[in-house]
Amino acid sequence: MARELRSESHSDVCLPSHAPCADNRVGTGSALKSGRKNGVIVPEQPGKSAIEVRGVRKVFGTGDAQVAALDTVSVSIRENEFFTLLGPSGCGKTTLLRLIAGFDFPSAGEILLHGQDIAPLPPFKRPVNTVFQNYALFPHMTVAENIGFGLEMLGKPKAEVKGRVAEMLKLVKMEALSNRRTSQISGGQQQRVALARALAPQPKVLLLDEPLSALDFKLRKEMQIELKRLQHETGITFIFVTHDQEEALTMSDRIAVMSSGKILQVGTPWDIYDKPAERFVADFIGETNFLTAAITGMGNGKARATLKSGATIDATVAEGFQPKDNATVVVRPEHAKLTSGKGDLSGTVENIVYFGTDTHIHVRLDSSEAFTVRQQNTRSAGCGFERGDKVGILIGNDAAQVLRD
Amino acid sequence: MASRFDIRRQTGFTTIAMICFFALYLPIITLVVYAFNAGNSIAIWEGVSLRWFYQAWNNSQVVDASIRSLQIASVAATIATIVATMAALATTRTKPYPGLGFKYAFINQPLMVPEIVTAVALLIFFSRIKIWTGYSGLGYLMAAHTAFCIPFAYLPIRARLESMDLSLETAAADLYATPWKAFRRVTFPLLWPGILAGLMLAFVISLDDVVITEFVKSGGQDTLPTYMLGQFRRFITPEINAISTVFLLISILIVTVFFFISRKKDQE
Repeated sequence: MARELRSESHSDVCLPSHAPCADNRVGTGSALKSGRKNGVIVPEQPGKSAIEVRGVRKVFGTGDAQVAALDTVSVSIRENEFFTLLGPSGCGKTTLLRLIAGFDFPSAGEILLHGQDIAPLPPFKRPVNTVFQNYALFPHMTVAENIGFGLEMLGKPKAEVKGRVAEMLKLVKMEALSNRRTSQISGGQQQRVALARALAPQPKVLLLDEPLSALDFKLRKEMQIELKRLQHETGITFIFVTHDQEEALTMSDRIAVMSSGKILQVGTPWDIYDKPAERFVADFIGETNFLTAAITGMGNGKARATLKSGATIDATVAEGFQPKDNATVVVRPEHAKLTSGKGDLSGTVENIVYFGTDTHIHVRLDSSEAFTVRQQNTRSAGCGFERGDKVGILIGNDAAQVLRD
Repeated sequence: MASRFDIRRQTGFTTIAMICFFALYLPIITLVVYAFNAGNSIAIWEGVSLRWFYQAWNNSQVVDASIRSLQIASVAATIATIVATMAALATTRTKPYPGLGFKYAFINQPLMVPEIVTAVALLIFFSRIKIWTGYSGLGYLMAAHTAFCIPFAYLPIRARLESMDLSLETAAADLYATPWKAFRRVTFPLLWPGILAGLMLAFVISLDDVVITEFVKSGGQDTLPTYMLGQFRRFITPEINAISTVFLLISILIVTVFFFISRKKDQE
């Protein structure tokens, strides 16, 4: 999944073939063209940063009750990027988003927007808009009035506001409901209005605070594709906050994994999934197996790791890390293979769980560690193993990663 | 749950409900019925007539007192509501800090101090000012009414502000609205039902006041309630009932109007 995404993320619209893409190009051109025409969207300059967070700290409370919600965070978010802040609740991701939006001010550090420090500016002076978790649509206004609010506040002429609102309604496919009150439309429609309202003033950066968490599963999947489409069509930098690792992997160009007020790792979904730097990252994203190993040598940028079973495997190493002696090695369940013969590891099958697309086989290693292997299912045969079987586990050539901790 | 414990099925529920109902409404119903009495008594029924309504309407003292009541209530309720709105904004749109509870108490002081104490205090205080300034108009009554109306206007406005989604104001700020524009375009329209409720409550409370008015008023400044109280000291005719009935009607009208306005707002 992650690997597929990576190859697609810079190609054309990232849509699976079953997605409703027949009419998704309606509004595409107009949104882009007008964006450029007004000169609000800065021309693409790959690699140039839209937002640069430099040494930002945010402390709440005073005295003994002081809590650092953000502990000296630095990150650079590129122009035109779908960037995700991923982490469990309380990790500081929403705090960072609020600092960028201007709803809170950092205790220390700088936040640069295209090189200009915006940290001291109030929210209404920042060319940055937000999609709120609860949408925060104005209940006393119609859908169209909601969408036009930002432009109106910017003092744009009425005709321009009207045209832009029509364009936005088209972009999120809400033309038919433009005169409804926001209480008269469904949750998914409210979500679209919230998006259109935030996109209408053509912000340099769009902030999204867990915008999909209130939607049911099917709608959430649809909106994930929709968001990706909107980002592609508008060319605006998206900063997306979520605690849902799957959402982060499927949508993002790059992900920053956060925990306890710190950014642990920044990388493409592929990097984050396959080359986690720390235990927290490996554990938080997807399922994984942790093995202790002795590092016996380095070569070609890879470490030679000797497992408890005595087998030695090659493993990539977390960036900038020089492993010594003992280290933790991670192997994803789908990158290992079960065999009835001898493998790199050996153990006993404890449990077999069928998942439809694949089967998870839980093995208790002879070294008493737990290890899970994920095996693709076929129609014609079962997984080939039974509880209690003595099995070997083969770890592929490029399956293991040495963690920093 | 509901089927196992339904209060309506408890023994004696109907009886208690009826007692409460009669205790609340029987006196009012009696009052209204005798307003239409043709005779001179408020207790002996002598047939239906509108004569007491005519008489009250033609009684210049009643008309003057009514106009005075309305003047005082309009001014006091308006000023009290404006002050209360500002106070409610200041006490809810802030991070809680030590001393905030004290401020609530300070604003709601008229609810806690016995009215008679305030009345005596104002009597003494205003008499001093009267001597100094020589002014003896309705201003004293308006000022006094404004003061005790503030908490009544404050409470519904604060309740409305507290139940309002704060992220709406954040969203307005995010969409380039300056604090003043955010207030005018988002906070105020949403707060309006609360402000209206505060205004009506303050208006009714002011209209109704006897104790403070009785102490503060100068000669010839009777409001409708103090006029009626004065009448009781002499002889009572169903004229009082007629006046009260009109009073009641106006109150019901105000409450009904407010009910429909607030319901419409909620539907939006």
